[in-house]
Amino acid sequence: MNISAYLYCLWGVLKREFQRSVQQRTRFISALVRPLLWLAVFAAGFRGSLDSVVIALYGSPINYEVYIAPGLIGMIILFNSMQSSLSMVYDREMGSMRVLLTSPLPRSWLLFCKLLAIALTSLLQVYTFLAVAFFFEVTPPALGYLAALPAILIGAFMLGALGLLLASLIEQLENFAGVMNFVVFPLFFLSSALYPLSFMAKASTGVYWACVINPFTYVVELIRHALYLDLNTHALVVTLAAGSVLTAGAILGFDPARRMLSTGRSRGH
Amino acid sequence: MNIAYVFFTFKYVSVIPSPQQGAQALPIAANIQALSHSFADRQVLRNVSFRVDQGAFVGLLGANGAGKTTLFSILTRLLRSSSGNVFLFGHDLQQSPAAALATLGIVFQQPTLDLDLSVLQNLQYHGAIQGMSPTNVQSRAQDELERLQLWDRRHEHVRRLNGGHRRRVEIARALLHEPRLLLLDEATAGLDLESRIQLQRHVRTLIETRGLAVLWSTHRAEELEASDTVILLDKGAVCAQGQLSTLITAAGVEDTNQLLLSLSKTRA
Repeated sequence: MNISAYLYCLWGVLKREFQRSVQQRTRFISALVRPLLWLAVFAAGFRGSLDSVVIALYGSPINYEVYIAPGLIGMIILFNSMQSSLSMVYDREMGSMRVLLTSPLPRSWLLFCKLLAIALTSLLQVYTFLAVAFFFEVTPPALGYLAALPAILIGAFMLGALGLLLASLIEQLENFAGVMNFVVFPLFFLSSALYPLSFMAKASTGVYWACVINPFTYVVELIRHALYLDLNTHALVVTLAAGSVLTAGAILGFDPARRMLSTGRSRGH
Repeated sequence: MNIAYVFFTFKYVSVIPSPQQGAQALPIAANIQALSHSFADRQVLRNVSFRVDQGAFVGLLGANGAGKTTLFSILTRLLRSSSGNVFLFGHDLQQSPAAALATLGIVFQQPTLDLDLSVLQNLQYHGAIQGMSPTNVQSRAQDELERLQLWDRRHEHVRRLNGGHRRRVEIARALLHEPRLLLLDEATAGLDLESRIQLQRHVRTLIETRGLAVLWSTHRAEELEASDTVILLDKGAVCAQGQLSTLITAAGVEDTNQLLLSLSKTRA
Protein backbone atom coordinates (compact mmCIF):
# COMPACT_ATOMS: atom_id res chain seq x y z
CA MET A 1 0.00 0.00 0.00
CA ASN A 2 1.43 3.38 -0.98
CA ILE A 3 0.86 6.70 0.73
CA SER A 4 -1.96 7.68 -1.61
CA ALA A 5 -3.96 4.61 -0.51
CA TYR A 6 -3.74 5.87 3.07
CA LEU A 7 -4.91 9.33 2.02
CA TYR A 8 -7.80 7.95 -0.06
CA CYS A 9 -8.85 5.97 2.99
CA LEU A 10 -8.65 9.05 5.22
CA TRP A 11 -10.67 11.06 2.74
CA GLY A 12 -13.25 8.28 2.44
CA VAL A 13 -13.77 7.99 6.19
CA LEU A 14 -14.03 11.79 6.61
CA LYS A 15 -16.45 12.01 3.72
CA ARG A 16 -18.64 9.26 5.13
CA GLU A 17 -18.80 11.00 8.53
CA PHE A 18 -19.73 14.25 6.79
CA GLN A 19 -22.41 12.49 4.72
CA ARG A 20 -23.83 10.91 7.83
CA SER A 21 -23.77 14.27 9.63
CA VAL A 22 -25.77 15.78 6.80
CA GLN A 23 -28.20 12.87 7.09
CA GLN A 24 -28.47 13.39 10.83
CA ARG A 25 -28.86 17.16 11.12
CA THR A 26 -30.85 16.82 14.33
CA ARG A 27 -27.80 15.25 15.95
CA PHE A 28 -25.75 18.35 15.14
CA ILE A 29 -28.44 20.70 16.40
CA SER A 30 -29.13 18.75 19.58
CA ALA A 31 -25.42 18.69 20.33
CA LEU A 32 -25.57 22.51 20.41
CA VAL A 33 -28.84 22.85 22.30
CA ARG A 34 -27.45 21.14 25.41
CA PRO A 35 -24.48 23.49 26.05
CA LEU A 36 -26.46 26.53 24.98
CA LEU A 37 -29.12 25.73 27.57
CA TRP A 38 -26.40 25.48 30.18
CA LEU A 39 -25.02 28.79 29.05
CA ALA A 40 -28.33 30.63 28.77
CA VAL A 41 -30.15 29.16 31.76
CA PHE A 42 -27.77 27.52 34.25
CA ALA A 43 -25.00 30.08 33.90
CA ALA A 44 -27.47 32.99 34.07
CA GLY A 45 -28.46 31.89 37.56
CA PHE A 46 -24.84 31.95 38.73
CA ARG A 47 -23.90 35.08 36.78
CA GLY A 48 -22.43 36.97 39.72
CA SER A 49 -21.00 33.99 41.55
CA LEU A 50 -17.42 34.82 40.57
CA ASP A 51 -17.66 38.57 41.26
CA SER A 52 -15.44 38.35 44.30
CA VAL A 53 -12.95 35.93 42.80
CA VAL A 54 -10.02 36.80 40.61
CA ILE A 55 -8.80 33.88 38.51
CA ALA A 56 -5.21 34.49 37.47
CA LEU A 57 -5.83 33.63 33.82
CA TYR A 58 -8.51 36.29 33.38
CA GLY A 59 -6.83 38.96 35.54
CA SER A 60 -10.07 40.50 36.79
CA PRO A 61 -13.47 39.25 38.00
CA ILE A 62 -15.51 37.65 35.23
CA ASN A 63 -19.11 36.62 34.61
CA TYR A 64 -19.87 32.96 35.22
CA GLU A 65 -20.70 32.56 31.50
CA VAL A 66 -17.09 33.36 30.65
CA TYR A 67 -15.85 30.79 33.15
CA ILE A 68 -18.19 28.02 32.12
CA ALA A 69 -17.75 28.42 28.33
CA PRO A 70 -14.57 26.26 28.08
CA GLY A 71 -16.28 23.65 30.23
CA LEU A 72 -19.21 23.63 27.83
CA ILE A 73 -16.80 23.29 24.91
CA GLY A 74 -15.45 20.24 26.73
CA MET A 75 -19.03 19.05 27.11
CA ILE A 76 -19.61 19.34 23.35
CA ILE A 77 -16.47 17.35 22.61
CA LEU A 78 -17.25 14.76 25.27
CA PHE A 79 -20.81 14.19 24.10
CA ASN A 80 -19.79 14.12 20.45
CA SER A 81 -17.16 11.49 21.24
CA MET A 82 -19.70 9.41 23.10
CA GLN A 83 -22.19 9.84 20.25
CA SER A 84 -19.53 8.61 17.83
CA SER A 85 -18.79 5.71 20.15
CA LEU A 86 -22.50 4.88 20.19
CA SER A 87 -22.50 5.10 16.42
CA MET A 88 -19.60 2.63 16.27
CA VAL A 89 -21.44 0.17 18.50
CA TYR A 90 -24.45 0.60 16.20
CA ASP A 91 -22.19 0.04 13.17
CA ARG A 92 -20.88 -3.10 14.77
CA GLU A 93 -24.36 -4.40 15.50
CA MET A 94 -25.46 -3.48 11.98
CA GLY A 95 -22.37 -5.11 10.55
CA SER A 96 -20.86 -2.12 8.74
CA MET A 97 -17.95 -2.10 11.19
CA ARG A 98 -16.88 -5.45 9.70
CA VAL A 99 -16.40 -3.77 6.35
CA LEU A 100 -14.05 -1.21 7.84
CA LEU A 101 -12.08 -3.81 9.78
CA THR A 102 -11.52 -6.02 6.74
CA SER A 103 -9.72 -3.22 4.90
CA PRO A 104 -6.15 -4.14 3.97
CA LEU A 105 -4.93 -0.91 5.58
CA PRO A 106 -3.56 -1.15 9.13
CA ARG A 107 -6.22 -1.08 11.81
CA SER A 108 -4.34 1.66 13.68
CA TRP A 109 -4.65 3.87 10.57
CA LEU A 110 -8.37 3.11 10.26
CA LEU A 111 -8.86 4.12 13.89
CA PHE A 112 -6.82 7.28 13.36
CA CYS A 113 -9.11 8.16 10.43
CA LYS A 114 -12.15 7.63 12.65
CA LEU A 115 -10.58 9.75 15.40
CA LEU A 116 -9.83 12.60 13.03
CA ALA A 117 -13.38 12.45 11.67
CA ILE A 118 -14.77 12.63 15.21
CA ALA A 119 -12.42 15.51 16.09
CA LEU A 120 -13.38 17.53 13.00
CA THR A 121 -17.09 17.09 13.71
CA SER A 122 -16.45 18.32 17.26
CA LEU A 123 -14.50 21.27 15.91
CA LEU A 124 -17.41 22.38 13.76
CA GLN A 125 -19.80 22.12 16.69
CA VAL A 126 -17.45 24.00 19.03
CA TYR A 127 -16.98 26.97 16.70
CA THR A 128 -20.72 27.17 16.09
CA PHE A 129 -21.18 27.22 19.87
CA LEU A 130 -18.53 29.93 20.28
CA ALA A 131 -20.26 32.06 17.65
CA VAL A 132 -23.51 31.89 19.62
CA ALA A 133 -21.70 32.31 22.97
CA PHE A 134 -20.33 35.64 21.71
CA PHE A 135 -23.81 37.08 22.32
CA PHE A 136 -23.63 35.91 25.94
CA GLU A 137 -20.55 38.08 26.55
CA VAL A 138 -18.13 35.21 26.02
CA THR A 139 -15.65 37.27 24.04
CA PRO A 140 -12.12 35.91 24.14
CA PRO A 141 -9.41 37.77 22.18
CA ALA A 142 -9.76 37.33 18.41
CA LEU A 143 -6.51 35.36 18.25
CA GLY A 144 -7.80 33.14 21.03
CA TYR A 145 -10.23 31.54 18.60
CA LEU A 146 -7.27 30.48 16.49
CA ALA A 147 -5.08 29.47 19.43
CA ALA A 148 -7.87 27.27 20.79
CA LEU A 149 -8.04 25.23 17.58
CA PRO A 150 -5.12 22.87 18.33
CA ALA A 151 -6.24 22.60 21.95
CA ILE A 152 -9.74 21.60 20.85
CA LEU A 153 -8.32 19.08 18.38
CA ILE A 154 -6.02 17.52 20.99
CA GLY A 155 -8.89 17.32 23.47
CA ALA A 156 -11.18 15.85 20.81
CA PHE A 157 -8.57 13.22 19.95
CA MET A 158 -8.20 12.26 23.60
CA LEU A 159 -11.94 12.01 24.22
CA GLY A 160 -12.48 10.38 20.82
CA ALA A 161 -9.98 7.70 21.81
CA LEU A 162 -11.93 7.20 25.03
CA GLY A 163 -15.06 6.78 22.92
CA LEU A 164 -13.38 4.22 20.66
CA LEU A 165 -12.08 2.30 23.65
CA LEU A 166 -15.57 2.21 25.13
CA ALA A 167 -16.99 1.14 21.76
CA SER A 168 -14.60 -1.81 21.72
CA LEU A 169 -15.70 -2.82 25.21
CA ILE A 170 -19.45 -2.33 24.97
CA GLU A 171 -21.12 -5.44 23.69
CA GLN A 172 -24.63 -4.14 23.07
CA LEU A 173 -26.33 -0.83 22.38
CA GLU A 174 -28.49 -1.37 25.44
CA ASN A 175 -25.41 -1.05 27.65
CA PHE A 176 -24.78 2.48 26.46
CA ALA A 177 -27.02 4.09 29.10
CA GLY A 178 -24.55 2.76 31.67
CA VAL A 179 -21.76 4.61 29.92
CA MET A 180 -23.63 7.89 30.32
CA ASN A 181 -24.14 7.28 34.04
CA PHE A 182 -20.76 5.84 34.90
CA VAL A 183 -18.43 7.61 32.47
CA VAL A 184 -19.81 10.79 30.91
CA PHE A 185 -21.51 12.41 33.89
CA PRO A 186 -18.69 11.72 36.39
CA LEU A 187 -16.13 12.97 33.85
CA PHE A 188 -18.03 16.19 33.35
CA PHE A 189 -19.14 16.97 36.89
CA LEU A 190 -15.89 15.89 38.57
CA SER A 191 -13.84 18.42 36.65
CA SER A 192 -13.14 22.13 36.49
CA ALA A 193 -15.84 22.57 33.86
CA LEU A 194 -18.40 24.10 36.22
CA TYR A 195 -16.34 25.47 39.12
CA PRO A 196 -12.70 26.36 39.75
CA LEU A 197 -10.82 23.59 41.52
CA SER A 198 -10.19 25.95 44.45
CA PHE A 199 -13.95 25.93 45.08
CA MET A 200 -13.94 22.15 45.05
CA ALA A 201 -11.02 22.01 47.52
CA LYS A 202 -12.99 24.11 50.02
CA ALA A 203 -16.09 21.97 49.64
CA SER A 204 -14.57 18.47 49.76
CA THR A 205 -11.03 17.15 49.59
CA GLY A 206 -12.29 13.89 48.04
CA VAL A 207 -14.14 15.65 45.25
CA TYR A 208 -11.14 17.94 44.69
CA TRP A 209 -8.80 14.99 44.21
CA ALA A 210 -11.30 13.27 41.97
CA CYS A 211 -11.21 16.41 39.80
CA VAL A 212 -7.41 16.49 39.86
CA ILE A 213 -7.04 12.94 38.57
CA ASN A 214 -9.79 13.36 35.96
CA PRO A 215 -8.20 13.83 32.51
CA PHE A 216 -11.25 15.78 31.34
CA THR A 217 -10.21 18.57 33.76
CA TYR A 218 -7.04 19.00 31.72
CA VAL A 219 -8.89 19.11 28.42
CA VAL A 220 -11.04 21.94 29.79
CA GLU A 221 -8.05 23.81 31.21
CA LEU A 222 -6.04 23.39 28.02
CA ILE A 223 -8.89 24.96 26.02
CA ARG A 224 -9.57 27.64 28.64
CA HIS A 225 -5.97 28.83 28.62
CA ALA A 226 -5.63 28.61 24.84
CA LEU A 227 -8.75 30.74 24.36
CA TYR A 228 -7.03 33.47 26.37
CA LEU A 229 -3.72 33.03 24.58
CA ASP A 230 -1.96 31.10 27.32
CA LEU A 231 -0.35 27.69 27.05
CA ASN A 232 -1.07 25.44 30.03
CA THR A 233 1.84 23.03 29.63
CA HIS A 234 0.73 20.80 32.48
CA ALA A 235 -2.71 20.36 30.92
CA LEU A 236 -1.14 19.75 27.51
CA VAL A 237 1.17 17.02 28.81
CA VAL A 238 -1.60 15.26 30.76
CA THR A 239 -4.02 15.43 27.81
CA LEU A 240 -1.42 14.07 25.39
CA ALA A 241 -0.41 11.32 27.80
CA ALA A 242 -4.02 10.31 28.50
CA GLY A 243 -4.76 10.46 24.76
CA SER A 244 -1.82 8.15 23.99
CA VAL A 245 -2.87 5.60 26.62
CA LEU A 246 -6.50 5.66 25.48
CA THR A 247 -5.52 5.37 21.81
CA ALA A 248 -3.31 2.38 22.59
CA GLY A 249 -6.22 0.87 24.51
CA ALA A 250 -8.58 1.45 21.58
CA ILE A 251 -6.14 -0.17 19.12
CA LEU A 252 -5.84 -3.15 21.44
CA GLY A 253 -9.61 -3.22 21.84
CA PHE A 254 -10.05 -3.60 18.09
CA ASP A 255 -7.28 -6.16 17.73
CA PRO A 256 -8.67 -9.36 16.20
CA ALA A 257 -7.04 -11.45 18.90
CA ARG A 258 -8.94 -9.57 21.57
CA ARG A 259 -12.53 -8.72 22.35
CA MET A 260 -13.90 -7.32 19.10
CA LEU A 261 -16.11 -9.98 17.53
CA SER A 262 -14.21 -12.63 19.40
CA THR A 263 -16.77 -13.70 21.94
CA GLY A 264 -18.93 -15.72 19.64
CA ARG A 265 -21.47 -12.93 19.39
CA SER A 266 -21.60 -13.12 15.64
CA ARG A 267 -24.63 -14.87 14.26
CA GLY A 268 -24.03 -18.52 13.80
CA HIS A 269 -20.77 -20.17 14.70
CA MET B 1 -12.69 -36.15 -12.91
CA ASN B 2 -9.80 -34.48 -11.15
CA ILE B 3 -9.70 -36.75 -8.13
CA ALA B 4 -6.38 -38.15 -7.10
CA TYR B 5 -7.39 -40.38 -4.29
CA VAL B 6 -10.40 -41.34 -2.36
CA PHE B 7 -10.19 -42.19 1.26
CA PHE B 8 -13.50 -42.92 2.80
CA THR B 9 -14.76 -44.11 6.11
CA PHE B 10 -17.76 -42.72 7.91
CA LYS B 11 -15.36 -40.76 10.10
CA TYR B 12 -13.57 -38.97 7.31
CA VAL B 13 -14.02 -38.48 3.61
CA SER B 14 -11.47 -36.86 1.34
CA VAL B 15 -11.36 -36.67 -2.42
CA ILE B 16 -9.13 -33.63 -2.82
CA PRO B 17 -5.85 -33.90 -4.70
CA SER B 18 -2.88 -34.99 -2.62
CA PRO B 19 -0.25 -32.29 -1.98
CA GLN B 20 2.17 -33.81 -4.50
CA GLN B 21 -0.36 -33.90 -7.28
CA GLY B 22 -1.69 -30.47 -6.25
CA ALA B 23 1.63 -28.96 -7.28
CA GLN B 24 0.57 -29.41 -10.89
CA ALA B 25 -2.88 -27.90 -10.35
CA LEU B 26 -4.16 -24.33 -10.44
CA PRO B 27 -2.63 -21.74 -8.08
CA ILE B 28 -4.06 -21.97 -4.59
CA ALA B 29 -6.35 -19.08 -3.70
CA ALA B 30 -6.85 -20.06 -0.09
CA ASN B 31 -4.90 -22.58 1.89
CA ILE B 32 -6.33 -23.23 5.33
CA GLN B 33 -4.09 -25.27 7.56
CA ALA B 34 -5.11 -26.91 10.84
CA LEU B 35 -7.31 -24.08 12.11
CA SER B 36 -8.70 -24.47 15.59
CA HIS B 37 -10.58 -21.94 17.64
CA SER B 38 -12.26 -21.77 21.02
CA PHE B 39 -14.53 -19.25 22.71
CA ALA B 40 -13.63 -19.58 26.38
CA ASP B 41 -13.90 -23.33 27.05
CA ARG B 42 -16.08 -24.06 23.99
CA GLN B 43 -14.19 -25.31 20.96
CA VAL B 44 -15.91 -24.18 17.76
CA LEU B 45 -13.30 -25.15 15.16
CA ARG B 46 -11.20 -28.30 15.30
CA ASN B 47 -8.18 -28.76 13.10
CA VAL B 48 -9.86 -27.47 9.94
CA SER B 49 -7.79 -27.81 6.77
CA PHE B 50 -8.77 -27.35 3.14
CA ARG B 51 -7.89 -25.32 0.10
CA VAL B 52 -9.62 -23.35 -2.60
CA ASP B 53 -8.00 -23.31 -6.03
CA GLN B 54 -8.06 -20.27 -8.27
CA GLY B 55 -11.11 -20.30 -10.52
CA ALA B 56 -12.87 -22.89 -8.36
CA PHE B 57 -16.24 -22.83 -6.68
CA VAL B 58 -16.03 -24.43 -3.26
CA GLY B 59 -19.10 -24.89 -1.13
CA LEU B 60 -18.74 -24.82 2.62
CA LEU B 61 -21.70 -26.79 3.85
CA GLY B 62 -22.80 -27.27 7.41
CA ALA B 63 -25.76 -26.93 9.71
CA ASN B 64 -26.29 -23.81 11.82
CA GLY B 65 -23.65 -23.76 14.54
CA ALA B 66 -21.22 -25.93 12.56
CA GLY B 67 -18.56 -23.21 12.71
CA LYS B 68 -18.94 -21.61 9.26
CA THR B 69 -19.27 -18.03 10.48
CA THR B 70 -16.35 -18.39 12.89
CA LEU B 71 -14.28 -19.76 10.04
CA PHE B 72 -15.26 -16.76 7.89
CA SER B 73 -14.39 -14.36 10.70
CA ILE B 74 -10.92 -15.91 10.84
CA LEU B 75 -10.49 -15.83 7.04
CA THR B 76 -11.39 -12.11 7.04
CA ARG B 77 -9.16 -11.38 10.07
CA LEU B 78 -12.02 -10.23 12.24
CA LEU B 79 -10.90 -12.96 14.55
CA ARG B 80 -7.54 -14.55 15.20
CA SER B 81 -7.58 -18.32 15.40
CA SER B 82 -6.29 -20.09 18.49
CA SER B 83 -4.01 -22.13 16.22
CA GLY B 84 -3.39 -22.89 12.54
CA ASN B 85 -2.56 -20.82 9.47
CA VAL B 86 -4.37 -19.13 6.60
CA PHE B 87 -2.62 -18.35 3.32
CA LEU B 88 -4.41 -16.29 0.68
CA PHE B 89 -2.65 -16.45 -2.68
CA GLY B 90 0.48 -17.36 -0.75
CA HIS B 91 0.25 -14.46 1.70
CA ASP B 92 0.15 -15.43 5.35
CA LEU B 93 -2.91 -13.67 6.81
CA GLN B 94 -1.15 -13.00 10.11
CA GLN B 95 2.27 -12.08 8.74
CA SER B 96 1.13 -10.07 5.68
CA PRO B 97 -2.47 -9.06 6.39
CA ALA B 98 -2.49 -6.15 3.90
CA ALA B 99 -1.43 -8.31 0.94
CA ALA B 100 -3.72 -11.15 2.00
CA LEU B 101 -6.83 -9.03 2.63
CA ALA B 102 -6.36 -7.13 -0.64
CA THR B 103 -7.12 -10.37 -2.50
CA LEU B 104 -10.46 -10.82 -0.74
CA GLY B 105 -13.97 -9.76 -1.61
CA ILE B 106 -16.43 -10.47 1.17
CA VAL B 107 -20.18 -10.77 1.47
CA PHE B 108 -21.13 -11.28 5.08
CA GLN B 109 -24.13 -13.20 6.31
CA GLN B 110 -25.30 -10.13 8.19
CA PRO B 111 -26.16 -7.11 5.97
CA THR B 112 -23.31 -4.62 6.22
CA LEU B 113 -24.44 -1.71 4.07
CA ASP B 114 -24.83 1.74 5.57
CA LEU B 115 -28.57 2.29 5.28
CA ASP B 116 -28.23 6.07 5.59
CA LEU B 117 -26.04 6.33 2.50
CA SER B 118 -26.89 5.86 -1.15
CA VAL B 119 -25.84 2.83 -3.21
CA LEU B 120 -23.00 4.78 -4.80
CA GLN B 121 -21.88 6.34 -1.50
CA ASN B 122 -21.61 2.86 0.01
CA LEU B 123 -19.38 1.78 -2.84
CA GLN B 124 -17.33 4.96 -2.66
CA TYR B 125 -16.73 4.40 1.04
CA HIS B 126 -15.68 0.82 0.46
CA GLY B 127 -13.35 1.81 -2.37
CA ALA B 128 -11.73 4.46 -0.17
CA ILE B 129 -11.01 2.09 2.70
CA GLN B 130 -9.52 -0.30 0.15
CA GLY B 131 -7.15 2.53 -0.82
CA MET B 132 -8.67 3.11 -4.28
CA SER B 133 -8.59 6.53 -5.92
CA PRO B 134 -11.97 8.31 -6.33
CA THR B 135 -11.63 8.17 -10.14
CA ASN B 136 -10.98 4.45 -10.10
CA VAL B 137 -13.84 3.89 -7.66
CA GLN B 138 -16.26 5.79 -9.89
CA SER B 139 -15.31 3.79 -12.94
CA ARG B 140 -15.36 0.43 -11.17
CA ALA B 141 -18.64 1.25 -9.40
CA GLN B 142 -20.24 2.00 -12.74
CA ASP B 143 -18.97 -1.30 -14.19
CA GLU B 144 -20.26 -3.38 -11.30
CA LEU B 145 -23.56 -1.59 -10.83
CA GLU B 146 -24.33 -1.70 -14.55
CA ARG B 147 -23.60 -5.42 -14.57
CA LEU B 148 -26.13 -5.88 -11.78
CA GLN B 149 -28.65 -3.43 -13.32
CA LEU B 150 -28.30 -1.07 -10.39
CA TRP B 151 -26.58 1.91 -11.99
CA ASP B 152 -29.86 3.75 -12.48
CA ARG B 153 -30.56 3.40 -8.78
CA ARG B 154 -27.11 4.51 -7.61
CA HIS B 155 -28.41 7.63 -5.85
CA GLU B 156 -31.15 5.80 -3.94
CA HIS B 157 -30.68 5.29 -0.23
CA VAL B 158 -29.97 1.67 0.57
CA ARG B 159 -32.77 1.79 3.15
CA ARG B 160 -35.26 1.96 0.26
CA LEU B 161 -33.98 -1.16 -1.51
CA ASN B 162 -35.45 -4.61 -0.96
CA GLY B 163 -33.39 -7.50 0.39
CA GLY B 164 -32.48 -8.89 -3.02
CA HIS B 165 -31.25 -5.53 -4.30
CA ARG B 166 -29.28 -4.91 -1.13
CA ARG B 167 -27.51 -8.23 -1.61
CA ARG B 168 -26.69 -7.24 -5.18
CA VAL B 169 -25.19 -4.00 -3.92
CA GLU B 170 -23.11 -6.03 -1.47
CA ILE B 171 -21.88 -8.22 -4.31
CA ALA B 172 -21.01 -5.13 -6.36
CA ARG B 173 -19.18 -3.70 -3.37
CA ALA B 174 -17.30 -6.94 -2.73
CA LEU B 175 -16.08 -6.96 -6.34
CA LEU B 176 -15.25 -3.25 -6.52
CA HIS B 177 -11.55 -3.61 -5.78
CA GLU B 178 -11.24 -6.59 -8.16
CA PRO B 179 -10.53 -9.30 -5.59
CA ARG B 180 -9.31 -12.73 -6.68
CA LEU B 181 -11.17 -14.68 -4.01
CA LEU B 182 -14.79 -14.06 -3.15
CA LEU B 183 -16.09 -15.19 0.23
CA LEU B 184 -19.83 -15.43 0.68
CA ASP B 185 -21.16 -16.32 4.10
CA GLU B 186 -24.77 -17.47 3.84
CA ALA B 187 -25.25 -14.78 1.22
CA THR B 188 -28.69 -16.05 0.29
CA ALA B 189 -30.04 -15.79 3.84
CA GLY B 190 -33.34 -13.94 3.88
CA LEU B 191 -33.71 -13.86 0.09
CA ASP B 192 -36.66 -15.20 -1.86
CA LEU B 193 -36.19 -18.09 -4.27
CA GLU B 194 -35.82 -15.92 -7.38
CA SER B 195 -33.19 -13.68 -5.76
CA ARG B 196 -31.31 -16.74 -4.50
CA ILE B 197 -31.17 -18.26 -7.96
CA GLN B 198 -30.08 -14.96 -9.54
CA LEU B 199 -27.34 -14.54 -6.99
CA GLN B 200 -26.03 -18.05 -7.54
CA ARG B 201 -26.06 -17.59 -11.31
CA HIS B 202 -24.21 -14.30 -11.04
CA VAL B 203 -21.49 -15.76 -8.83
CA ARG B 204 -21.00 -18.77 -11.10
CA THR B 205 -20.78 -16.45 -14.08
CA LEU B 206 -18.05 -14.50 -12.30
CA ILE B 207 -16.00 -17.67 -12.00
CA GLU B 208 -16.30 -18.32 -15.72
CA THR B 209 -15.68 -14.76 -16.87
CA ARG B 210 -13.09 -13.57 -14.38
CA GLY B 211 -11.51 -16.72 -13.05
CA LEU B 212 -12.52 -15.79 -9.52
CA ALA B 213 -12.18 -18.32 -6.74
CA VAL B 214 -15.32 -18.57 -4.62
CA LEU B 215 -15.88 -19.96 -1.16
CA TRP B 216 -19.63 -20.19 -0.71
CA SER B 217 -20.85 -20.95 2.77
CA THR B 218 -24.36 -22.26 3.16
CA HIS B 219 -26.57 -24.63 5.07
CA ARG B 220 -28.82 -25.14 2.04
CA ALA B 221 -27.80 -28.27 0.17
CA GLU B 222 -29.83 -27.22 -2.89
CA GLU B 223 -27.45 -24.31 -3.55
CA LEU B 224 -24.69 -26.71 -4.54
CA GLU B 225 -24.29 -28.62 -7.77
CA ALA B 226 -23.14 -32.21 -8.10
CA SER B 227 -19.88 -31.16 -9.73
CA ASP B 228 -19.00 -28.65 -7.01
CA THR B 229 -16.20 -29.24 -4.59
CA VAL B 230 -17.61 -29.13 -1.09
CA ILE B 231 -16.25 -28.97 2.42
CA LEU B 232 -18.67 -30.48 4.92
CA LEU B 233 -18.35 -28.95 8.35
CA ASP B 234 -19.91 -30.58 11.39
CA LYS B 235 -19.45 -29.52 15.00
CA GLY B 236 -16.45 -27.42 14.00
CA ALA B 237 -14.58 -30.14 12.13
CA VAL B 238 -14.30 -31.04 8.46
CA CYS B 239 -16.09 -34.37 8.22
CA ALA B 240 -15.80 -34.72 4.45
CA GLN B 241 -14.43 -32.86 1.46
CA GLY B 242 -14.33 -33.49 -2.25
CA GLN B 243 -16.60 -33.43 -5.27
CA LEU B 244 -20.19 -33.55 -4.08
CA SER B 245 -21.35 -36.31 -6.44
CA THR B 246 -18.40 -38.49 -5.43
CA LEU B 247 -19.10 -38.01 -1.76
CA ILE B 248 -22.75 -38.93 -2.23
CA THR B 249 -21.83 -42.06 -4.18
CA ALA B 250 -19.16 -43.09 -1.72
CA ALA B 251 -21.54 -42.67 1.22
CA GLY B 252 -24.23 -44.70 -0.54
CA VAL B 253 -26.89 -42.04 -0.09
CA GLU B 254 -29.19 -40.29 -2.54
CA ASP B 255 -28.59 -36.60 -2.02
CA THR B 256 -26.67 -33.96 -0.10
CA ASN B 257 -29.15 -33.75 2.75
CA GLN B 258 -28.87 -37.48 3.35
CA LEU B 259 -25.10 -37.22 3.15
CA LEU B 260 -25.07 -34.53 5.82
CA LEU B 261 -27.39 -36.52 8.04
CA SER B 262 -25.42 -39.74 7.71
CA LEU B 263 -22.11 -38.00 8.45
CA SER B 264 -23.61 -36.15 11.37
CA LYS B 265 -25.06 -39.36 12.85
CA THR B 266 -21.76 -41.17 12.42
CA ARG B 267 -19.86 -38.39 14.17
CA ALA B 268 -22.39 -38.28 17.00
